[in-house]
Amino acid sequence: MSKSLPKKILDVLTYTLLVLGALTMLVPFLWMVSVSFREPAAQFSRNFIPNPFTLQNYVDLFEDLPDQAFFYLTFNSFKLSILAVIGQILTCAMAAFVFAIVKFRGRDFLFALLLATLMIPAQVSLIPNFIIFKYLGLIGTQWPLILPAFWGGAFGTFLLRQYFLTIPRDLVDAARMDGASLFNIFWRVYLPLSKPAVAALAIFVFKDAWNDLLHPLVYLPTDMQKTTLTVGLAFFQQQLQMGGKFTVLMAGAFLSILPLLIIFFIAQKQFIEGIALSGVKR
Amino acid sequence: MEYGLKPLGREKLWLWLMLAPTIIGLVFGTIGSLLATLGLSLFDWDLINPPNWAGLSNYVALFQNKDYIEAFVNTLKFSALYVPGVVGISLVLAVLLNRKIRGVGIFRTIYFLPAVTSAVATALVWNMIYGKDTGILNWMLESLGLAPVCWLCTDNAMMSVVIVNVWGAIGEGMIIFLAGLTAIPRDYYEAASLDGASDLQQFFKVTLPLVTPSIFFQTLISAINAFQAYDYIYMLTRRGQGDSSVPVAVYSIYRNAFHFFRMGDASAQAIQLALLVAVFMAIMFWWERRYVVYE
Repeated sequence: MSKSLPKKILDVLTYTLLVLGALTMLVPFLWMVSVSFREPAAQFSRNFIPNPFTLQNYVDLFEDLPDQAFFYLTFNSFKLSILAVIGQILTCAMAAFVFAIVKFRGRDFLFALLLATLMIPAQVSLIPNFIIFKYLGLIGTQWPLILPAFWGGAFGTFLLRQYFLTIPRDLVDAARMDGASLFNIFWRVYLPLSKPAVAALAIFVFKDAWNDLLHPLVYLPTDMQKTTLTVGLAFFQQQLQMGGKFTVLMAGAFLSILPLLIIFFIAQKQFIEGIALSGVKR
Repeated sequence: MEYGLKPLGREKLWLWLMLAPTIIGLVFGTIGSLLATLGLSLFDWDLINPPNWAGLSNYVALFQNKDYIEAFVNTLKFSALYVPGVVGISLVLAVLLNRKIRGVGIFRTIYFLPAVTSAVATALVWNMIYGKDTGILNWMLESLGLAPVCWLCTDNAMMSVVIVNVWGAIGEGMIIFLAGLTAIPRDYYEAASLDGASDLQQFFKVTLPLVTPSIFFQTLISAINAFQAYDYIYMLTRRGQGDSSVPVAVYSIYRNAFHFFRMGDASAQAIQLALLVAVFMAIMFWWERRYVVYE
């Protein structure tokens, strides 16, 4: 059975709109890649295909910037993002387990309080946190970015709690019969059974830490060996633009998004689910 | 039925140990810092000299501070453009993708790309796209015989920044709406079809009412994001001394706190931002009770 004419017209219209939209989404990325493979003289050329094609910008990124800046920036971003993932998974999962499974006085109140914090804008915490870290002498070190990852959070706790609630209670009772302690039930039963939710949270936390601009900007010095890729790129924008080296800047931008692109293509499902849920967080 | 595992003997201690990080977070990170910010807003403090009691003067000063009023108005303007843009475009996108066409997966991936990648990196290339003499957007305009536009000059910067922010956000919106759309039972459309409803009528009588929970959710999230928008604005419009050609409220907070070290003013501004979020949420939940259709 063939489709009716209005349906066909609608199909054509749908595709036209979707393709035009998709191009708008893609052009900035394609342009970034294209410029990164050009010689500096051709940086503003309107030819999409780089001619001549060169890898020099990527070499320059690692060799020409002072103090091996790009290497340190990448290292710092990886280090801080991975620490954030470890901290959030550990602390959120422990709290989520307690909220989901254990019965104790004040549980519902504490959980409601935690969820209420979703409504507090990050800027409100920034000022007192800055002052505390300043008095602890930690401004200029990476601690103000690491410590908060280890004090839990409403979004991660909520996400994992919802998942823990779907795990059959018989398992807890069986473990209890065998004499397992509270922490052991968490560590040996719940955590191993929650890999999908933990993976979604890990991806989500990694992305947020990797892309964070505001916190490194406030807490870290503008020292290319100590700060992160986002701050570094923002800084190079001013430096390189004046030096007229958009090509190197684009190479840096492309390398900075590459890890997340790779994770995205490998784990698209978790990524999209995690981000659909992240709406709850912000 | 409420289920709960009872801690045995010394496990009470374990229970609180497992909760300790979260409680520290509540004390230092969120609830505690909300109270601290509230307290700080009543003092004048530059972090060097001892704080001085200022009462409500920091709040009064907000209404006389031209820079802050401009920033606050900018935040409202930005939100008024950004929220309908994100909600409208991502809804249309989701409806188109929900038409069971080929290549949905590819389109979904492409539209989602900016949600994955950092605003800093994509803003660098948007800066090139918006360039006045060398940008590809003006090149396209010229090849259509139109006059070039100074996209990031003061007059147009707001609009240009909104476009990039919308570009970056529709992927997430699309996912939310797709989830809402696929939850609508097929039978509803079949029933409407049997009653002779056209595609357009089906959209307005079946789809739109049943997708109102997603519209509500997405509007709420987009607005909260809009009130706090920062990354793209910083990257595209910043000038020296922490200034910007589109200073928004977050910009003003940041600048007062970390450039001028006026903690009292910055705190009062942060509290006002939190109030804006709270008031908006209250309005939205009132609206939800009246208009949102839950099955």
